[in-house]
Amino acid sequence: MEVLKPAAAGTLESSDAQVMIEPGDGTISLSLQSSVMNQYGRQIKATILETLSRLDVTSARLTVVDKGALDCTLKARVECAVFRSCGASEENIPWGGAVR
Amino acid sequence: MIPRPRPERFRLRRTMMFMNAQKPGLIKDAYIYGCDSIMLDLEDAVAENQKDAARFSLYHALKTVDYGDTEVIVRINGLDTPHWREDVRVCVAGGADGIRIAKCESAQDVLTVEKATEEAEREFGVEVGRTLLMAALESPKGILNAYEICAASERMFGVAISGGDFRKCMQTTPQRDGVDMLAARGQMLIAARAAGVQCFDTVFTNLDDTEGFEAEVLQNKAMGFDGKSLINPKQIRFVHQVFAPTEKEITQAEKILTAYREQSAAGVGVFTVDGKMIDIAFIPGAERTLKLARACGMWEGDLV
Repeated sequence: MEVLKPAAAGTLESSDAQVMIEPGDGTISLSLQSSVMNQYGRQIKATILETLSRLDVTSARLTVVDKGALDCTLKARVECAVFRSCGASEENIPWGGAVR
Repeated sequence: MIPRPRPERFRLRRTMMFMNAQKPGLIKDAYIYGCDSIMLDLEDAVAENQKDAARFSLYHALKTVDYGDTEVIVRINGLDTPHWREDVRVCVAGGADGIRIAKCESAQDVLTVEKATEEAEREFGVEVGRTLLMAALESPKGILNAYEICAASERMFGVAISGGDFRKCMQTTPQRDGVDMLAARGQMLIAARAAGVQCFDTVFTNLDDTEGFEAEVLQNKAMGFDGKSLINPKQIRFVHQVFAPTEKEITQAEKILTAYREQSAAGVGVFTVDGKMIDIAFIPGAERTLKLARACGMWEGDLV
C-alpha cells in the first residue's frame, strides 16, 4: 500500500499506542518512544516493521508513542493508520489476509 | 491465534458485560471478571470517527486474547448506519461467538444481518451457521414485533431490551418500581419464551445506586429473565448470586428428577414429591435448576 497522506490512529492512554504516519522518501523511517523502551523496545520495533511489511508499505515516516500496548494493539494501530492514510479504512478490509 | 470452540446456542448467560472495543486496556483482560458473556461494543461506546479503528482493535483482540469459557459477543452498529456491514465482516473473520443487532425492529432486520453474516462466513471460510445472533429491542416497534424477531432465524439465541433508547421513545425515565418498562419487559419475555429463545434485561447505569440496582435484579429474576446486561464488573457478583438457585430448589429438583425416573420406569405419569403433585411438566424446570446449580458451582451430579 502507498501512504498517500498523513494519518494517525490510537491514543496516549495506558495499554495503547499512538501511531502517526506520513508519506516517506522511499524508505521506512521510524521514530519510537515507549514507556517500556528498555524492556521491549526491540520487540515493539520488530512488530511495527513486520506489520508494515505485511501491508506492503515500503515508503513512510512513522512516529509511534507507545504506552505499554500489547503486540495485538500495536498491529491494530499501525494497520489503522496505514489504511487511513490511503483513505481505505472504512470498508472491505482484508481481514485474515494482509491484516492478521 | 486462539481457535474458539463452536458457540453454543443455549448456554448460561446470567451476565453480559459491555466493553468498548476501541479501548485496548479494557478488552485485553475482560475475561478475568468472570461474567458469562462479554459484549464488545462497536456501537455507541465508539465515537463516529473511530469506528474504523475499533474494528482493527477488535479483530486482533478476537484473534489474540484467550477468553476461555467467556462468551464473546459483538454489538454492531445499527442497520441505518454505513458501518454495520464491515462490522459483520470483522466479527465473522475474527471468530466472535455472536453478533448483537442494535435497534432491531423487525424480522426483516434479523434476516438482513443473517444474510450478511452468511456471506461473510463464506468469504472467510468460517463454517456456515457458526455465528450466533441476538437482537436488541430499543423502540416501541421493536417490542411490538418481538415475537417475529425472536423467531426469525435459527441463529437467534436471545433478545434484550435497551432501556435508554426505549424510555426516550416512551417519554419516561427510570422508576424505582420498574413501572416505566414493565409492559415492555413483559411483552418481550412472553415473545422470547414463545419462540424458545433467551431474554435479557437492560443495563442499570447509576453505579452509585446499589439499592436500586439490586431491586432491579431481583425483579428481573422474578419476571423470568435469563440474565442482565452490565456496564461494570462490580455488578457481576450480585446478579450471579440472585440467579443462582437456592439449596432448597436444588434438593427439590434432585428429588423430582430421581422420582420421575423411577416412576416413569414403573409406568407412572403423575406422582407426588413431598406432598406436591409432579408430572412431566415439572421436568424441564428441574433440569434447568440443576444445570444452573452446576454452573454456579453449587452442585455436582449426573442427573443432567
